[in-house]
Amino acid sequence: MLRSALAKTVLNANTRGTRVVVPQVLARGYHEKVISHYEKPRNVGSLPKNAPDVGTGLVGAPACGDVMKLQIRVDENGIISDVKFKTFGCGSAIASSSYMTERVKGLSLEDAEKIKNTEIAKELCLPPVKLHCSMLAEDAIRSAIRDYRKKRTNLSNPKQTGFIDVSQSAATGETVATAHPSSV
Amino acid sequence: MLGFKLEMPRREESLQGKTRPIYLDMQATTPVDPRVLDAMLPYMTDQYGNPHSRTHAYGWEAEKAVEDARKHIADLIGADPKDIVFTSGATESNNMALKGVAHFHKERKRHIITTQTEHKCVLDSCRKLQEEGFDVTYLPVQHNGVIRLDELEAAIRPDTAIVSIMAVNNETGVIQPIKEIGDIVRQHRGVYFHTDAAQAAGKIPIDVNEMNVDLMSLSGHKLYGPKGIGACYVRRRPRVRLEPIINGGGQERGLRSGTLATPLVVGMGEAARICKQEMTRDHTWIKHLSDMLVTKINARVEHVVRNGDPNGYPGCVNLSFAYVEGESLLMALKDVALSSGSACTSASLEPSYVLRALGAAEDMAHSSLRFGMGRFTTEAEIDFVVEKIVSVVQRLRDMSPLWEMVQEGIDISTIDWAQH
Repeated sequence: MLRSALAKTVLNANTRGTRVVVPQVLARGYHEKVISHYEKPRNVGSLPKNAPDVGTGLVGAPACGDVMKLQIRVDENGIISDVKFKTFGCGSAIASSSYMTERVKGLSLEDAEKIKNTEIAKELCLPPVKLHCSMLAEDAIRSAIRDYRKKRTNLSNPKQTGFIDVSQSAATGETVATAHPSSV
Repeated sequence: MLGFKLEMPRREESLQGKTRPIYLDMQATTPVDPRVLDAMLPYMTDQYGNPHSRTHAYGWEAEKAVEDARKHIADLIGADPKDIVFTSGATESNNMALKGVAHFHKERKRHIITTQTEHKCVLDSCRKLQEEGFDVTYLPVQHNGVIRLDELEAAIRPDTAIVSIMAVNNETGVIQPIKEIGDIVRQHRGVYFHTDAAQAAGKIPIDVNEMNVDLMSLSGHKLYGPKGIGACYVRRRPRVRLEPIINGGGQERGLRSGTLATPLVVGMGEAARICKQEMTRDHTWIKHLSDMLVTKINARVEHVVRNGDPNGYPGCVNLSFAYVEGESLLMALKDVALSSGSACTSASLEPSYVLRALGAAEDMAHSSLRFGMGRFTTEAEIDFVVEKIVSVVQRLRDMSPLWEMVQEGIDISTIDWAQH
């Protein structure tokens, strides 16, 4: 009787033990959404920098361990038709920028500007220590929109002839000088 | 009828039932050698006496075990058993050595010399002593991680109490010239030489008399022993005077009071004995694995920089994979247990200060991975890791804007980044 009672409790304990399910969160401390964005990032790539309908945002610094480049292609209605990104950073930074590209596709520039980093952080369940990654993603989209708008104003306000137009791209640091000689 | 309920302990949150990741983080800790566990177990089951009990057999047998362990550790470093003081780990030994010597000699000696690449416990103890009014010189290191002997010589002052320089660095594996440093310090009377040999003991040959070492810190769990135990070698001839940081019944020559944890002490002693016996074999094996890892990675991945002296301890290889961040690499290598110098992997969000002291560019510190190989690492594990790294690095580089810039021929160091 002792043995059967012992066996029964041991048996119960065993089934209790084997039913323990380790949630994905503990495997590496990452949320599964972050891992999914990391394993299969959406919209990785580049758009042609000099195209008139493309805005490029480059934020961060290698010294901080986080650099994000976000490029948007905007159609004539002011809607973002294509987005591409590249990131040098940790898994959360990659996931934040990847999620940002998904989020802004199809939005107007005004709506895209309004996206807050807290939204990204909530969606990816970022821990407090990783909030700055979502902040950088917010900066990246704003920088891209700013760059696009600057390009549009330069194109739509052609100055009178007889000058040299010097511009430096934020993305590459490349200086382009275009001469507009007067037609006299 | 059972009078109590028999409960099996639940192993929550462990990797039980799944395949465990490959362990390549030997500088963080090492697995306990099965022979060490065998030696420890009797002192947990029936030989559980307090080694300081003088009146009965339980105490006597525990005391004998402790003295045997002391002898094994002393033999490992060429010391006399009476010079070994057991502590709770290398952190406590470092604290004891630095603060103990500084406080004892505080009337006449106010200066301490150490390096910029020391372990945090040494740096933090020095910071605390600075708050108390001591002067501390942090010697810089060269690009390969080794200090310059002429700088050390120049830094020693008449009021220098102690020079503390670690034997093998835990992040880069760099070996400091301990014998030469010992010779220099010996020429200055009254200056003590302390070395943190936690990563060195049992791996490279150390002799406290040949190397003129006065104080040495040792750690149990870095030599395939249990965690929670360490030792401090305190020279008796000529006598090193220090003020204990833990007061009590006067155990361990009055330098470290408290009942010794017999199983842990026995474990560390057995681990030391095994290390001494197998040091050459281990070193040859680890060197072979290390060379294999470095050659294979260099053959298949470009833009990889090795941080630290390539002639350092082979079991610690610190590589920076340019244009890829360390934490994202680790995420891809989820079946491998590794460590990185990037900010994202540290609790304080600061990149490794050791790599920064070596003069590595900031982004290289963020891109570093530390591979720690040990006695139980196999060739198959190294092959698996190399394969994984090769595939992952290319994928991450394709995702990296820095890589793209480099491909286009832009020099990244000339860009003015918009800091956040």
